[in-house]
Amino acid sequence: MTIGGQPSDGTVLEHGTPRVALRGARKSFGGVQALTDATVVLYSGQTLALVGENGAGKSTVVKILGGIHQADEGELRLDGSPVTLRSPAAAQAAGIAVIHQEPTLFASLTVAENIFMGRQPLSGAGTVAWSRMNREAQVILRELDSPLSPTITVGALSIAEQQIVEIAKALSQQARVLIMDEPTAALSGTEVQDLLQLVAQLNQRGVAVLYISHRLNEVLAVSHEISVLRDGTTVDCGPVSEFDEKRIIKGMVGRALDEIYPPLPHEFGQPMLTVEGLSRPGEYRDISFSVRQGEIVGLAGLIGAGRTEIARSLFGLTKPAKGTVIVSGQRATIRNPRQAKRAGIAYVPEDRRQHGLVMPFGVDKNTSLASLARFSKAGFLSRGSERGAALDAIRSLGIRASGPGQIAGTLSGGNQQKVVLGKWLQTHPKVLILDEPTRGVDVGAKSEVYRIIAGLAAEGLAVVLISSELPEVLAMSHRIIVLREGSIAGELPASQATQESVMALATGSASARESQLP
Amino acid sequence: MKLSSFRHLLRWEVMLIGLVIVLAIAANAVTPLFLTAPNISDALSNLSEKALMLLPLVPLIIAREIDLSVASIAGLASVSLGAMFEAKVPLAVAIVVVVVIGALCGLLNGVLVSVLGLPSLVVTLGTLGLYRGLCYVVLSGKSVAGFPAWFTNFGFGYIPGTLIPQPLVIVVVAAVIFGVWLHLTTGGREVYAIGNGSGAARFSGLPVRSLLVRLYVVSGTFSAIAGVIYSARFASARADSALGFELDVIAAALLGGVSMAGGVGSIFGGLLGLTVLGVVRNAMSLANISSEVQSVVVGALLILAVLLTTLLSDSSRLKRAPSRAVRKEVAADA
Amino acid sequence: MTDALKTARPGVRVRSGNPVVTILRRREASLVLALALITVGVSSVAPRFLSLDNFGQILAAVVVVTVVGVGQALVVISGNVDLSVGSVVGLTAFVAATTAHANQSLPLLIVFLMAMAIGAACGAINGLLVTVGRIPAIVVTLGTLYVFRGVDYIIAGGGQVNAAELPSSFLDFPSQKLLGIPLTIVLTVVLVAVFAAGARWLRVGRYLYATGNSSEAAHLAGLPQRRTVFGAFVLCGALAGVAGVLYATRFGAVTSSAGLGLEFQVVAAVVVGGVSILGGSGSIIGSVLGAILFGVITNALNVMNAPSNWIQAISGAAILLAIILDLAMSRARERRERFDRERAKLS
Repeated sequence: MTIGGQPSDGTVLEHGTPRVALRGARKSFGGVQALTDATVVLYSGQTLALVGENGAGKSTVVKILGGIHQADEGELRLDGSPVTLRSPAAAQAAGIAVIHQEPTLFASLTVAENIFMGRQPLSGAGTVAWSRMNREAQVILRELDSPLSPTITVGALSIAEQQIVEIAKALSQQARVLIMDEPTAALSGTEVQDLLQLVAQLNQRGVAVLYISHRLNEVLAVSHEISVLRDGTTVDCGPVSEFDEKRIIKGMVGRALDEIYPPLPHEFGQPMLTVEGLSRPGEYRDISFSVRQGEIVGLAGLIGAGRTEIARSLFGLTKPAKGTVIVSGQRATIRNPRQAKRAGIAYVPEDRRQHGLVMPFGVDKNTSLASLARFSKAGFLSRGSERGAALDAIRSLGIRASGPGQIAGTLSGGNQQKVVLGKWLQTHPKVLILDEPTRGVDVGAKSEVYRIIAGLAAEGLAVVLISSELPEVLAMSHRIIVLREGSIAGELPASQATQESVMALATGSASARESQLP
Repeated sequence: MKLSSFRHLLRWEVMLIGLVIVLAIAANAVTPLFLTAPNISDALSNLSEKALMLLPLVPLIIAREIDLSVASIAGLASVSLGAMFEAKVPLAVAIVVVVVIGALCGLLNGVLVSVLGLPSLVVTLGTLGLYRGLCYVVLSGKSVAGFPAWFTNFGFGYIPGTLIPQPLVIVVVAAVIFGVWLHLTTGGREVYAIGNGSGAARFSGLPVRSLLVRLYVVSGTFSAIAGVIYSARFASARADSALGFELDVIAAALLGGVSMAGGVGSIFGGLLGLTVLGVVRNAMSLANISSEVQSVVVGALLILAVLLTTLLSDSSRLKRAPSRAVRKEVAADA
Repeated sequence: MTDALKTARPGVRVRSGNPVVTILRRREASLVLALALITVGVSSVAPRFLSLDNFGQILAAVVVVTVVGVGQALVVISGNVDLSVGSVVGLTAFVAATTAHANQSLPLLIVFLMAMAIGAACGAINGLLVTVGRIPAIVVTLGTLYVFRGVDYIIAGGGQVNAAELPSSFLDFPSQKLLGIPLTIVLTVVLVAVFAAGARWLRVGRYLYATGNSSEAAHLAGLPQRRTVFGAFVLCGALAGVAGVLYATRFGAVTSSAGLGLEFQVVAAVVVGGVSILGGSGSIIGSVLGAILFGVITNALNVMNAPSNWIQAISGAAILLAIILDLAMSRARERRERFDRERAKLS
């Protein structure tokens, strides 16, 4: 599917002077080298897709272009002239606008005011000219083919609609360069298509777009050129016609896929987790599946498909309206995380900074957090046994920490994730639900985490793996259940699944029917 | 953070001990009556109610909540005691009933904050007014006196053979219990977890909601006990009993290193902060400075204490946003 | 474009651009309704409630709370709170009365300006500590509540100013009328109109709402947040100063305990009036309606011979009810939107 991007006859577009060119950028924070040699070149009317793993440096590139940071070395040129953007205001003045993943808008103010806040048109008397502001907002919204009314309160809008407001805001500032950071992360189904069409439209108006996304099929559909960033260096770049997913992934990861993922054990026991008819209006519908001991079931799907929502219900954070959950042969009533723990369910959440770890606590205090009763006698905590457990976890999980007391906030992403795993292992769970376990984890630590997961399956845990990274889901699951818009679109054994077939099920395109198995 | 919170706190407490000593010496220089046993005994006695109100407040603030209604609950306890006494209810029974009333007042706070997820600042501001207002409804301008001797003797009296005021015994026992609970038990660890990472606490299966409700109930209970002791010590029950005490209690906590940002603080620190305040107020009283002017000093101290904590610690932790966001999460998943 | 965006989605609140209509759909409307209900209810029990004279009394009584409420609304909209207003009113009332007593021929206008200046200075202290000191407003103003009150007490030295000592220009003020309407009410209406207009029609007024809504978004938009919040505190203090003079002229006798507990009534009025304590929404008009509502309740209690010491309890309960209601309404809205989204998915 091609929406924007290269004409399909393969002709190469004329370029001319780039609108924005960042070449050879180097940037370090403290002792961490975020960028070593990054090059991003944007042309008017074209979309450059920037792909790379978490931690590859994409957000640093965005911040440099957005004026929040300045590169230590390298050159930044606007329309051919060298420039340094010292502040977000400077970037704005230069016509660069950044659309973040999560829209930051003023919820109780109107669409028009959100677009023009700080630059509201004034009447002759110096007061805010509301009618003129509403009219001008209307004009921009029409240009974007949006039926939104400028007088609606933003808080009532969906994420997709809020993004339109952000884009309208950028256009109202005469932005000629739009940086879109994971724009479809919170969208689903038709909203994604609408956004991609919008990007093509913006290109037609001469706007240069830097499109950052993990969703490779979108990237291939919407961009004119692709640039791959790995460990702070641009390792691959070229017109989209020369790329396919394999080439992109190879650039992102840097080695053949099979080296990263461990072999999976294949000994299965009894069904440990059985979910029947689980429904929660507005989130998911009729969810039924089963996971055996030693099995890893991958839950794939676009964000918003309902995977995290299901996990949160299984863990007791939310209550399903209907359905039953059976753990180890016994029907479980799970109304809060405590009951989930008691039933033997463990949940490693998506957002490890907010939900996974208490950042100011040490490794020891985090390790004991979900099983404090085990580390205390008559209510009195034993710091000694906490430290002992932490040392065990450090050893068995390969956590790189200076000691059991090291503050979790100072660990790297991969090690933090291991601490979270260590915490949950202390509860001796029967079912382990992992939600985006390698998000924000660098490549090296990723394979360590994968080995740990495989090891846990070998020990007889039933594992549910929620992930948006298709290669990960494919390589680390025995079976893949694909969700779309809250219900199960299909189930595939990993051996027969491909990225295309999973994506097809996740997005609902026609070719999915062939690859569906009962 | 440059210093781990423990070491940071230790330095703060050492500084406070030093401050107490310096202030005591200064006070004694100004009014030689200060460092005399009867005066110190008197001063400690005056701190009884505030100490009892402070003890549950420390874990609450560590958990990023607050309770502004403590003094109002104490007042309500006092007037209820007086009203029941006038109605010929046996005093011992009345005391029990009054403590239950305090617990219920705390329960309302806890339910509104924890179960409904409303901001504790506004809730306890509202209950501060509601409970104090009820004081005026129950007793309006009157004051009830004539309590039986055993009651007032407890309030005035000393442990036989010493100059240690009897109410202080309750305070010391309570302080030890709270100190042990907060610093050595799983419950206390849960408090620090909530204050340092409420999302992770919840996602680790800690009983966040019920713990907060329990803390508020305890706060209400202890405030009521403080109100009873107030009536015993002053041998009267009035609608303005313990009026304005919340300022001193909160100032004491903040002075004691219990940061408004949550996650940090200790019972010992809180009590040290209260001691600093006690020394300051006592010295000023001896110098015949009116209580209104004393409040100026306390108000200024409160501001200074928080300014200092801001300067010393990571300022981004003072943002209210995370606490609100989590509360919305906790309340919305129903 | 696909159908998804073109069709009007259920749950999206489409609002007309007409400002009159939008106001009517909000909290302000339910306040007016509440006022109407109370009026009907009370006057059926005590008919003297429903008289022009009584309404005049109500309005005259709420003038102080209304004026302070305007300033408080500005501060709360910006995401903060000012608990020291009662002390500022007391302080400025006393200074105003003392000055008028000492300079009997001093024009009232000068007294007003002086009180405003003192109030503004108090507000500036609050504003600085909140913006530069980055101390939460609740803590700052809790402290200054006592500091300002204490300063008041020190200046008063335990004394008071009696009505007999004040110039007639001072004492006559509440009874002076313009076109049949008391000057105090005219002044209040003018202030309300000016600030309500400013909050809606001035850019900097919109910055208040922006800051209260999302400090992060306001920062990204490059808004001068610190200056805006500082200005809100200064204005709040200045308005409290004006209210202080109004207090002094109304009561004649001013002690150092003037305005004690006022902050509570004002916060209650503002919160009940629909200004969310979390900031970012609400209106000046709403806070005025809230103040009038409390005035009506107080008056109603008097007229029905109920004890007036219920006021503080009622204020406290009203604050609690208001925030519970706000929460219930927003949760209901979220739930509705969730169902609508689910329905949209199925279609």
